[in-house]
Amino acid sequence: MDYFRDLLISGLTKGSIYALIALGYTMVYGIIALINFAHGEIYMIGAFTALIASMVLSQLGMAGWGLLLAVGAVAVVYAAMYGWTVEKIAYKPLRQASRLAPLISAIGMSIFLQNYVQLVQTPNFLTFPDLIPEISFLEPISHIVNKTQLAIWIITALIMVVLTCLIKFTRMGMAMRAVAQDKDMARLTGVNIDRVISTTFVMGSSLAAVGGLLIGCYMQQIDFYIGFLAGMKAFTAAVLGGIGSIPGAVLGALVLGFAESFAAGYLSSDYEDVVAFVLLIVILIVRPGGLLGSSQTQKV
Amino acid sequence: MPRDFTTGINWGREFKSSFAAALWMCLLTCPMVAFKINAAENTIDYRWNYLIYVAAGTFILSGVWRFMLARRDYIRQSKAEAEFEGPAPDAPRGPAKTWVDVVMSSKYRNQGIGVGLLVLASLPLWASPYTINILITALIYISLGLGLNIVVGVSGLLNLGYVAFYAIGAYTYALLNHYFGLGFWVCLPLGALASTLMGLMLGFPVLRLRGDYLAIVTLGFGEIVRLVLVNMGDITMGPRGISNISPPSLFGLDLNKVVKPVLLEWVPTMSPNLDLNKAFLFFIMMAVVIITIVVVFRLENSRLGRAWLAMREDEIACQAMGIDRTRAKLTAFALGATWAGLAGVVFAAQVTFINPTSFTFMQSVMILSIVVLGGMGSIPGVIIGALVLILLPEYLRAFSDYRMLIFGALMVLMMVFRPGGLIQSVRETYVYKPLEGGAGGEAKK
Repeated sequence: MDYFRDLLISGLTKGSIYALIALGYTMVYGIIALINFAHGEIYMIGAFTALIASMVLSQLGMAGWGLLLAVGAVAVVYAAMYGWTVEKIAYKPLRQASRLAPLISAIGMSIFLQNYVQLVQTPNFLTFPDLIPEISFLEPISHIVNKTQLAIWIITALIMVVLTCLIKFTRMGMAMRAVAQDKDMARLTGVNIDRVISTTFVMGSSLAAVGGLLIGCYMQQIDFYIGFLAGMKAFTAAVLGGIGSIPGAVLGALVLGFAESFAAGYLSSDYEDVVAFVLLIVILIVRPGGLLGSSQTQKV
Repeated sequence: MPRDFTTGINWGREFKSSFAAALWMCLLTCPMVAFKINAAENTIDYRWNYLIYVAAGTFILSGVWRFMLARRDYIRQSKAEAEFEGPAPDAPRGPAKTWVDVVMSSKYRNQGIGVGLLVLASLPLWASPYTINILITALIYISLGLGLNIVVGVSGLLNLGYVAFYAIGAYTYALLNHYFGLGFWVCLPLGALASTLMGLMLGFPVLRLRGDYLAIVTLGFGEIVRLVLVNMGDITMGPRGISNISPPSLFGLDLNKVVKPVLLEWVPTMSPNLDLNKAFLFFIMMAVVIITIVVVFRLENSRLGRAWLAMREDEIACQAMGIDRTRAKLTAFALGATWAGLAGVVFAAQVTFINPTSFTFMQSVMILSIVVLGGMGSIPGVIIGALVLILLPEYLRAFSDYRMLIFGALMVLMMVFRPGGLIQSVRETYVYKPLEGGAGGEAKK
């Protein structure tokens, strides 16, 4: 039973991180129907920026929760800036283009960002410092749940709540939902489409940066390539839950996290990465709309 | 005509925009570029001077970028307006001729192709072994590009796991050779067949998927194949790979022992280091590429090829016209896979050692960039794309670190400024030509 519990905990942790990245995919897809391949790279850049910020700030004498918050803020701001710039360069000039063009442009951007980080920083793994301070009330159960896992759950849950409120109750959230439903109609009612799209990229990228920071604390090492696999899996999670749907992305991410964790625990850890892709293919065949998505008939 | 985009440039405003872009990029790249993590001593090296390069580069590039965007939009707009107004009475009809059309319709076309082939065929007699090896690689990529072109360029199905079929071809030969001692000529059709079957196997479940979902599923498929190759260590030797794959045989003749001394005696320009098995492979690959070109060319104008084009343009409309979408998609997938399988067998014979690192996602991207850069759907485009992407890095070794960076940037830039590729494919179009006293038309290329 202990083994099962450990797998459950690690599955939940992984699922939470996937959820943070998957939300960015699903929001962008919901609004402009584009698979933002560069999103995984934004997550990786978030992790790198967090690492650099933590080194600089701790040299300046910061520590504890203050350091974590400052590092998080820097990572979020920078990832958001990258997301905004990527959208302006690689996607905005292609609004009127054919279906394939933005997708290929996104792949190009992803390769560019990966190699950019590899060239200006390093192709090797870097050690990530443990930024999360000790949580005293966890002492009695620290052999079951460690502080990083708990922090990941809490932060992810908080972000989900905030995001849901943002989308449900703010003007920008309403504009986003309108654009997702019908771009032209939203434009007619006075919604500034470009601004909504930019905001979506900024929000998605910020979430990815939080994911990057947390995964750094959890795995304790990062390299320039972490974005590719994480991005792929997060996208799988988004599709699994029904792309375009925010609760769907979270559900899909958790399902994927558990599936991977149990497959690694009970089958073979070699095939951990295969599980995600097999799950993706199966779900698309059986239920193309995803778990929470509605299968829509295409109108001509 | 829309107002010329070059008149009335507000230099002050342009300068400000460029300056703002430069500042923004400085800010954006500051932590990555200026603070280099020194992993050995766990400190940070500061490189502020790099930011000056970033700023200067961005300042210039931002100006060029805006100029090119304005130019692109201007050209598009004038084209749209010209179309709206109808052609001028004395204007040449049909799409403008590219230099490829001019070359291909020239009187000396056949002679030209003949001379070109002769020069290529004589290469082993005077070129260095290094050149021959690179050319084999280039030819392999040409056939890969042409195969992927069927899937992506002609049928519009974005396949991001194409390298999986290449891997299946290569591993079919390597495994059959390793365990059963089968030779190249038996495995060439077997490898192609295995790939085709895998193409069909993947094709069936993904039939219902739309463009982007298809892309991600094929990507996943490519990763699954690679991970299986890595993890099935008992059979595939895992990451260690399979070595000592035999080169192709010519009726059991040992080329290097029997033919080479004779050739060396008669042809003084031939390099004594040349492995004749490689030269033989070069000829095989040339034949494969020529066959591919002929087949793809014939296919494009066939019933099936037209069905693919229709499917690319609009799936629903094409079904409404009575095209069997299932059949069209499956054949596109399977045929694309066949060429990857063929190329894979030749690749295994060329390098005689394969392991899963040769078949990563980056390889798929490389083949895709060949198709995109060359021009989706255009045969000469794909050939030129492959030559540019394979030969340039070989001869520009100094830039090898920046190769993938440039690839990524190129893919974005091509999509923004020249989505048709270097050589855009020209399709048969129907140009309306009003006749005196009645309606009428004329088909024109």
